[in-house]
Amino acid sequence: MSIVNAKLKDLLGWVDERFPLTSNWKAHLSEYYAPKNFNFWYFFGSLALLVLVIQIVTGIFLVMHFKPDASLNAAGVPVAFASVEYIMRDVPWGWLIRYMHSTGASAFFIVVYMHMFRGMLYGSYRKPRELIWIFGMLIFLCLMAEAFFGYLLPWGQMSYWGAQVIVNLFSAIPFVGPDLSLWIRGDYVVGDATLNRFFAFHVIAVPLVLVGLVVAHILALHEVGSNNPDGIEIKKKKDAKGIPLDGIPFHPYYTVKDIMGVVVFLMVFSLIVFFAPEVGGYFLEYNNFFPANPLQTPPHIAPVWYFTPFYSILRAVTYPLFGVDAKFWGVVAMGASAMIFVLLPWLDRSPAKSIRYRGPIYKTFLAAFVISFFVLGYLGVLPPTPVRTLVSQICSVIYFAFFLLMPIYSSIDKCKPEPDRVTSSGHGVKK
Amino acid sequence: MKKLVTSLFISLATSLLFVPSLAMASETELHLDHAPDRSGNKAALQNGAKIFVNYCLNCHSASYMRYNRLKDIGLTDQQIKDNLLFTADKVGESMSVAMRRDEAKEWFGVAPPDLTVIARARASEFGSGADWLYTYLRGFYRDGERPTGWNNTVFENVGMPHVMWELQGEQVLGEDHKLTLAAPGKMQPQAYDDMVADLVGFLQYMGEPGATKRKSLGWVVLLFLGVLFVLAYALKREYWKDIH
Repeated sequence: MSIVNAKLKDLLGWVDERFPLTSNWKAHLSEYYAPKNFNFWYFFGSLALLVLVIQIVTGIFLVMHFKPDASLNAAGVPVAFASVEYIMRDVPWGWLIRYMHSTGASAFFIVVYMHMFRGMLYGSYRKPRELIWIFGMLIFLCLMAEAFFGYLLPWGQMSYWGAQVIVNLFSAIPFVGPDLSLWIRGDYVVGDATLNRFFAFHVIAVPLVLVGLVVAHILALHEVGSNNPDGIEIKKKKDAKGIPLDGIPFHPYYTVKDIMGVVVFLMVFSLIVFFAPEVGGYFLEYNNFFPANPLQTPPHIAPVWYFTPFYSILRAVTYPLFGVDAKFWGVVAMGASAMIFVLLPWLDRSPAKSIRYRGPIYKTFLAAFVISFFVLGYLGVLPPTPVRTLVSQICSVIYFAFFLLMPIYSSIDKCKPEPDRVTSSGHGVKK
Repeated sequence: MKKLVTSLFISLATSLLFVPSLAMASETELHLDHAPDRSGNKAALQNGAKIFVNYCLNCHSASYMRYNRLKDIGLTDQQIKDNLLFTADKVGESMSVAMRRDEAKEWFGVAPPDLTVIARARASEFGSGADWLYTYLRGFYRDGERPTGWNNTVFENVGMPHVMWELQGEQVLGEDHKLTLAAPGKMQPQAYDDMVADLVGFLQYMGEPGATKRKSLGWVVLLFLGVLFVLAYALKREYWKDIH
């Protein structure tokens, strides 16, 4: 046994002379000191990584059988649509791979929204973590692009008309708009050219950028260290060896804890994949079981649930401004609503980072923001009516007020003093 | 500042008051009859398959469905060959139709859609796809203004004629938008409804033939994850007991 161990040590030494294996293991896992008081909200970072892996692995197998081809087969069905059903029926375990991928898309957004909300709860975007937050927002942008491109591929009615609506939004841009949307589609309507280029973006271009950004996100995190539910810097109090007093090595402590989180997540994920993969038409829209028909516009075109808050904001803008169409300003508002999070590190002037020590005004605004986000999301699923448009306009104003008024309300809010050391041990029990 | 917060909250509260009424506004209500559950009932599904190949498969394809998949519902290759194989030579082939699409379009105004996943596509907030199909197939009535002579309560101005009229008889739509049987068919109304339920059950099965296997596998996976959770929890506790 000892001979084997000695040989393995020699091998490791051989590798370490040529590649920074041990030093990286230490820097990112065994000697990366994370605060010991992580709570429920801190599971979602590692879960996002897990979902990314699920999407990539299932995606590879789907690409082996999927055919990005809009032409009609002998039965008059688009080849792309038929190839998805081929995967569901004839490919061994194809149904499982496909349901994991379609559920994974929604799961990705749930996990990422929770992860972002965690950042907002505990001020994780604040100095010195601005770059982590910006990389994170770029990941979110990539994720939205990835979901949008991927949704066209099954070539169902909602795939087709959803893409038609979203690409048409670009035509609202003054002067260059119509040519721009033509350039994106590669045709005058969404067609085979669009399907093939969206396929290329979905399986190569966007995932490549996404993975690169995830690496940058984690590298930046490990450079400055993790925030925690108390929003204080554990690096300010170190022991004689320079290890933060409230820090514990990521491995093994958080690896074993995250394994627990992963199992719970997989249980919820399995409940959906095996028992309700459509989730009442929210994860897989019913209308998307009709093949794309360019001659038949569905009466109601709704994006998948994870886009609906932003889609509601798009529809809420109904006034033309400066002689430019309302549609254009809707697009601007939608883009702004998805990306305004980037500004949080500079909008937030509060002396306290964590919600635990912030004052009542911030808590009120955050609650109003969360409610608006849910109401907007709900309204985005439904066809518009005058009342709904009015409600979505009110919610859009609240949504933006949360961000734009933050420099004022966060600086006048009455915060509680932050503690010197973290206040709980990570078991959720306060000391 | 306080004022702003208050006014924000008042506007949010008023908007929330609207929310319950939001769902109902404007949608046209579609009333669907609840389709009897035939899942797992192999005799009913086999009957449904027989009706499907006899009445539907002349015009509609089920092109993602292979004949030999019908072994799922308790048939043997030989039974499939002898009783159901009308449109293909081999049991491994898919349920396609000989009718040319361009001709079909000329006859009906629209080419009959592929029916493999119709039970999934027709689901909506008003009911499952099976409910829609069950109501639709029992909702044909005489309409002299339509080229086929038939119309439908669920699918207005439908291109398809009532293929099973000999079985159901002729319904007419009254002033009160209720259907009445004007001329009885070969089957009693209850027997016709039962037969349609079998057909719809088959269509639902065909929408996802692996659904039963999916659910039974789900229990195994959950059981495995349950055991794994106990181990993961014990491991976490063991490591974390010295963290205070």
